[in-house]
Amino acid sequence: MIDTLRMTAEGAKQLLDAKEVSGAELFAAYAQRDDDLHAYLYRCDGPAGEGIPIALKDVIGTKGVPTTAGSKILESYVPVYDATVAANCKRHGLQLLGKTNTDEFAMGSSTENSAFGPSHNPWDPERVPGGSGGGSAAAVSGGLAPWALGSDTGGSIKQPSALCGNVGLRPTYGTVSRFGVVAFASSLDQVGPVAKNVRDCAWLYSIIAGRDVNDATTVDVPEVELPTAQDLKGVRIGVPKEMNEADGIEPGVGDAVRKAIELAESLGAEVGECSLPRSVAYGVACYYLVAPAEASSNLARYDGARYGLRSEGADFREMVMNTRHDGLGDEPKRRIMIGTYALSSGYYDAYYAKAQRVRTMIRREHADVFEKFDLIVSPTSPTVAFKLGEKAGNPLAMYLNDLLTIPSCMAGLPGLNIPCGLSEGLPVGLQLIGPQFAENALFRTGHALEQAIGFDVVPTRLR
Amino acid sequence: MTWQPVIGLEIHVQLKTQTKMFCRCRNGFGGSPNTQTCPVCLAFPGALPVPNRRAIEETIKLGLALDCTIAERAVFHRKNYFYPDLPKAYQISQYDEPLCSQGHLVVPAEDGDVTIGITRAHLEEDAAKNVHVAASGRLHGATATLVDFNRGGTPLVEIVTEPDIHDAETAKRFLQLLRQTVVELDLSDAELEKGSMRFDVNVSVRPAGSSELRTRTELKNMNSFNFAAKGIEREIARQIGIYESGGEVQQETLHFVPGDEESPPTRSKEEAQDYRYFPEPDLVPVHPPADLVERLRAEIGELPGARIKRVAGTLSFYDADVLVTGGLDRLWSELVDAGADPKEAANVLSNQFVAAGVDPAAVNAAELAKLVAARAEIPRAAFDEALAKAAEPGFAAAPYLEQKLVADAGELDPVIDRIIEANPGQAEQFRSGKQGLLGFFVGQVMKETRGTADPRVVNERVRAKLSG
Repeated sequence: MIDTLRMTAEGAKQLLDAKEVSGAELFAAYAQRDDDLHAYLYRCDGPAGEGIPIALKDVIGTKGVPTTAGSKILESYVPVYDATVAANCKRHGLQLLGKTNTDEFAMGSSTENSAFGPSHNPWDPERVPGGSGGGSAAAVSGGLAPWALGSDTGGSIKQPSALCGNVGLRPTYGTVSRFGVVAFASSLDQVGPVAKNVRDCAWLYSIIAGRDVNDATTVDVPEVELPTAQDLKGVRIGVPKEMNEADGIEPGVGDAVRKAIELAESLGAEVGECSLPRSVAYGVACYYLVAPAEASSNLARYDGARYGLRSEGADFREMVMNTRHDGLGDEPKRRIMIGTYALSSGYYDAYYAKAQRVRTMIRREHADVFEKFDLIVSPTSPTVAFKLGEKAGNPLAMYLNDLLTIPSCMAGLPGLNIPCGLSEGLPVGLQLIGPQFAENALFRTGHALEQAIGFDVVPTRLR
Repeated sequence: MTWQPVIGLEIHVQLKTQTKMFCRCRNGFGGSPNTQTCPVCLAFPGALPVPNRRAIEETIKLGLALDCTIAERAVFHRKNYFYPDLPKAYQISQYDEPLCSQGHLVVPAEDGDVTIGITRAHLEEDAAKNVHVAASGRLHGATATLVDFNRGGTPLVEIVTEPDIHDAETAKRFLQLLRQTVVELDLSDAELEKGSMRFDVNVSVRPAGSSELRTRTELKNMNSFNFAAKGIEREIARQIGIYESGGEVQQETLHFVPGDEESPPTRSKEEAQDYRYFPEPDLVPVHPPADLVERLRAEIGELPGARIKRVAGTLSFYDADVLVTGGLDRLWSELVDAGADPKEAANVLSNQFVAAGVDPAAVNAAELAKLVAARAEIPRAAFDEALAKAAEPGFAAAPYLEQKLVADAGELDPVIDRIIEANPGQAEQFRSGKQGLLGFFVGQVMKETRGTADPRVVNERVRAKLSG
């Protein structure tokens, strides 16, 4: 009687408020569904109260509940404290369904880098759900959770949302606490919601956003408005040509996005072309210096001394080396090596320092565009969901998957993915990017477009 | 050839804030191992640093006391290396944008002030404490390392000087003056034994008159100012010896072992670490507001260096230095104001008073002044006892003044007579010229009177009687 494939969080709340279902029944509806997608790494018993269930990406620390970040090195780790976002969910009565799969330390675009095996796309289980937050995306679109939290460093919320047909928000950097979230790249990591529609996404964002005394990089956040408007009158939408005409954008993806832009115009938006040449040209290269550099430092704490995996050695140095050799997968090792190199004396100026200057340039280029436009649009991912194994052997091809999501992440800007149609029977994601703290504008536009597009979020094969 | 030593210092001072630098764990010496810890200072996944505002203010205050420029924008950096006492595998420190830079500290000296440049004073977190243990429980042949994270994350100020120091004595006096400055600003206990103040010394030598900087060595593990002076002198001599015999000084770190003739090298700098410094992305830059800096500046009173010069106007330079760097000059001023003789007061404070280990700030100066004035007339034991109690509430000089020494000849003569009578041989030898025996008789009298006799009077009377 509870259709978990279709039920929104807002719908679930109405049922709970009307006492049409109990919290236990609601929780069970999700908890009892078979996880043949391997969306979860850990499923919780529950619930502990009357509230809407939620799934959290396994990089989000949960007191007493295993938190592995998709890594063998943290396989045995059970946090002694809740991440601020997990605590916020608890405070709002949300019930933890489980911890969702992720590429190891959120490094990847397919969940194939998870030490515990990949997740599958609910639209086609032979395909990836995207990554790194593929578990959360698969859980939401596969009826295993009404909504979920993910984390986004270079596209890990937006890209899986696109590949699974969800609404996903990467918030403005500094609006959501990172305290208790396993760090990948501190200056880029940002937790955000994954949902079935824009209103749920906005609501969940309002639950997790805000200044946190435990995260010195957080700021006060404007009050979140749940969107209601059906039109886009007065909204100025920019279409950066480099992001809409980039090599590698599949024709079906380009078509669906163009149709969505035309729809926006018909809803009253003023659409115009704009340009972000350097952000697109240098974004990925710059990201793959900054993020690995920070990761090389953030992941250094996994030394086997205090928690997680320990492989013995004759002395401290050998113990650390053995632990990291055994506990870390290829992708974290690759990024640790790149990052260590980029920070090394003699190379710092040429790589890390230069990448930071490029980042400033990317920020300025975006700021200039937002002088004329309220938001900009592009495909979220150049392709629809690809097959498991298709890119796993080619890290560079995998990195290019993030071509369109990375530039705005580097600029610290919010980005919303909404599904805008199908190509080859698979969801296509539309990326809406706004200036800092423009979440409400993204929600308003996303909601109006969502209504007009009428995308059916339930995977075709499951209808 | 004559040689000029070139010495630079690097000093670490633990701040005595209530809480740690980047988490709100209690900051304090002691406590059972690993009881003052949390996910942040144990570097659990997801933990983030939040800076201690008070520690930042105190660092600025110290910077102001050292005439530093206070940065309008200061940045924390990560210093990356693996070590068991460093749970994040990086230390949050400061690199090219420290809170304080380009200051100086004037070390007053008898033959003119010496100005020592302060390159920088920055804020960082202390590492945890490694305890190496063997099955026997001893350090030697250690087979395991235990880590106590209580100390990890203690706010630590690092002060780096320019290589402006050219002799061991100035280095020692700089350290003493800096310590006193830090203590008076109430920033730190700065106790060498507890490790709340630590320092490393960089030493090189060059031909006198040259301005080159030759290869330097780093001296570590000197936990007293005297050891520092000794270690520096020894290292200067070693380096001169090497150059004069045609050799080259190797860059290395030397571990000072008190008593040993040589400082054994601990590690060669050839294995120098690449710390991969980069701005700490979990923190935002610090922008100290101008009004805060001015408020902190106004809180700084007259500093020890200035006071040494002022006190030296009354006392010898040496006495002034001892009083001020010992934190005793304020009490000294009060004693003088209460009527004590300046030199006498200084002597008492820098000798018996220091030995008594009493807090000078808690002493009733008016009462102590009475004792100082009567010192020569009070038995030594009673005087020491009085000093030991000088800081107790309700302390009064009167009971001790009543124990004045017996100076009345009428009372002392019978005792003296008795002793001369009992030692006819010694009396005869004295009379035939063995003057040294005077002390023997005086000692006997003091013993007989259990120290209550005034030695000056006894001396006088014994001499008169033996000669008469």
